[in-house]
Amino acid sequence: MSTAVQSQDPHPAVEPSYLVSKRGLMSWLVTVDHKRLGLMYLASVMFFFLIAGILAIVLRTELFTPDQDFMSAQTYNQVFTLHGAIMVFLFIIPSVPAALGNFLLPLMLGAKDVAFPRLNLLSFYVYSVAAVFLIVAILTSGLDTGWTFYTPYSTSTGTAVITATAGVFIAGFSSILTGLNFVVTVHKMRAPGMNWNRMPLFVWAIYSTAVIQVLATPVLAITLLLLIVERSLGIGIFDPAMGGDPVLFQHFFWFYSHPAVYIMILPGFGIISEIITVHSRKHIFGYKAIALSSVAIAVISFVVWGHHLFVSGQSELAGVLFSFLTFAVGVPTAIKVFSWVATLYGGSIQYNTACWYGMAFLWTFTVGGLTGLPLSTLAIDVHLHDTYFVVAHFHYVMVGGTVVAFIGGLHHWWPKMTGRMFNETAGKWGCLLVFVGFNVTFMTQFFLGHQGMPRRYYAYLPEYQVMHQVSTIGSYILALGLLWTLIYLLHSLWKGDKAPSNPWGAVTLEWQTQSPPIEHNFHETPHIHGSPYDFPEIDKSAGALHH
Amino acid sequence: MSNDHAHAPAHVDDDEHNPHLAHHFDTMGQQTASAKLGMWLFLATEILMFSGLFLAYFILRMFYPEMVLEAHEHLSKWAGGINTVVLLSSSYTMALGVRSIQLGDAKKLRLMLVLTMLCGCIFMVVKYFEYSAKFEHGMLPGKFYSAHLHGYEIEGLPHIFFGVYFLMTGLHGVHVVIGLAIMLWMFIRAGRGEFSAKNYVAIENTGLYWHLVDLVWIFLFPLLYLVK
Repeated sequence: MSTAVQSQDPHPAVEPSYLVSKRGLMSWLVTVDHKRLGLMYLASVMFFFLIAGILAIVLRTELFTPDQDFMSAQTYNQVFTLHGAIMVFLFIIPSVPAALGNFLLPLMLGAKDVAFPRLNLLSFYVYSVAAVFLIVAILTSGLDTGWTFYTPYSTSTGTAVITATAGVFIAGFSSILTGLNFVVTVHKMRAPGMNWNRMPLFVWAIYSTAVIQVLATPVLAITLLLLIVERSLGIGIFDPAMGGDPVLFQHFFWFYSHPAVYIMILPGFGIISEIITVHSRKHIFGYKAIALSSVAIAVISFVVWGHHLFVSGQSELAGVLFSFLTFAVGVPTAIKVFSWVATLYGGSIQYNTACWYGMAFLWTFTVGGLTGLPLSTLAIDVHLHDTYFVVAHFHYVMVGGTVVAFIGGLHHWWPKMTGRMFNETAGKWGCLLVFVGFNVTFMTQFFLGHQGMPRRYYAYLPEYQVMHQVSTIGSYILALGLLWTLIYLLHSLWKGDKAPSNPWGAVTLEWQTQSPPIEHNFHETPHIHGSPYDFPEIDKSAGALHH
Repeated sequence: MSNDHAHAPAHVDDDEHNPHLAHHFDTMGQQTASAKLGMWLFLATEILMFSGLFLAYFILRMFYPEMVLEAHEHLSKWAGGINTVVLLSSSYTMALGVRSIQLGDAKKLRLMLVLTMLCGCIFMVVKYFEYSAKFEHGMLPGKFYSAHLHGYEIEGLPHIFFGVYFLMTGLHGVHVVIGLAIMLWMFIRAGRGEFSAKNYVAIENTGLYWHLVDLVWIFLFPLLYLVK
């Protein structure tokens, strides 16, 4: 592939790209290049996305009829636990920050690398060890606690809780190291002239995410350590039979895991900010509002964990306060959505695949965000808690938000990362399948949940059958769309056209170097004089595409 | 690497050939500031991790105040007190070590690292005798608690207290051991002449870490040993 790239290049690069600057397997295994590590993360998270996605399809297939089909209750418990644990800890949390973030952050800042390249490599291997632990847990006695590991069940079940929590514990350190690296990179590695008001919004989002990763993940670490000790030594801190408090575990767990929701979605916001402005060729509306709303979300995210405990027996006063604070998250989030819509207004929108995903996000994420409001309303939550309404809500945020943004971002930066253009028509078909499949799958579940279908059951009452079947068919369409996307993206690596350095006419720095970039990113350290969204005249930038 | 000349702004020519400057930084100042910020962030994660345990401790005390009061009488105030003095002294020698290398005195730095490591080892030895005594008396965490079989009657649920005690002091002890390993590494590096008045951020970061280990103990000692 590499020789073909160079021979077809109309403007031969002075230096080979990062993909071919060093050769051999070892040059990848011990690389400290943030771009190569980004690709390695990308391959890893995609692998786990596939595994956990297959588990989801298996679950949906079991739910096609009300009775037990091919899975026992115990197997069903294990499969939904693994689906959740793998998706959360091995896919979504590292997806955008560790894969796209690693690749893009130094490029967008005009730096040669992240602040601590060796720590970055270590972080990847820590992640790999965590994955091994989780795989060992699956292959030994499995895991059936749900991804939340609630006590006292998690301290009494016979499955491999210690191995699995040890894996999540280790994955947490990978997350901390990546976050720490990114915070320092943003503070110390910006190119001359790149002040805080000139940073791309993706950087602001990754920065806010990294702050949460650094501040929240240590609490998860100690929570899981306490759980491991509780299970192995029975110290009695969480187990009511030994004098402990199981609700304390929920407080500990959600103190991390609610901010973790924003670790998952904030980078998605960053991607959408880039996609919307670049593909509508218009300066982003409300740059500072979007940038600071990321920070605001990061701050508020630490004080809303109690909304997971509305029916766990916390005090009424705490419930009211957490309910209010949860509503408060809606404000900075709505600021973002309105700003994106305002950016589109009057822009000269290019309807290509990345933009389609941006539009899809505006719909799916908004539905996900708005359905959070009934859940944060105390009285209504009592009815909806632990039903499919909750399942639908967080899938609209996690899949409709993060995954849609992630795939959109993958299309947006694919030419930069791989040096190849994918087929736009194929991309749009993929996006359409994903969008339709996703909405059919999960929109139905809002109604199921509202009618009382509880989550985490392998069998259900016959009156829910029609909607469950619609949802299952939707999940097949979604899976088809994702597989189709995987196929044409991989196909583009061999058959795709050579990507120009700036196919979308963007202004941020990663597009000012060749595609794919050289090992040290830029031939000369860039100097920044203005906003990352000051697009030249629309005619000029459109014309530049054909050069 | 060949294009490094093109990357570095003209005014940092002094740093161009500094062997301690990593390729992706432009100046030593940038590299040092990054290392320090990274260390402070790491310390923040440490504090948050320990804060989870402190929270568990406070919940325990809120639930079972009488039991905590009675159980803590079985911890040795003398051992804890000696260890407090030892760790505080080690923070002092560590600070002197950092000061020495800031003034370019690598020999004195090595001496101070040895003294700090000595204090750390004394701490661990005292801890060893403390733990041994607890093991002998059956004052073990959780389901291994058997002090009543050794003639110690503590009202309530003392197995939780000793669980939290071992978890907090144990995690702290692990940090002491890691600190000792880092100082040994720094001692070896200092022997190779890697540190100077211009390049001492690794020593400074080691010092910051060690002060945090000290600081955590400053809270652990009164909360566990001196409850009233």
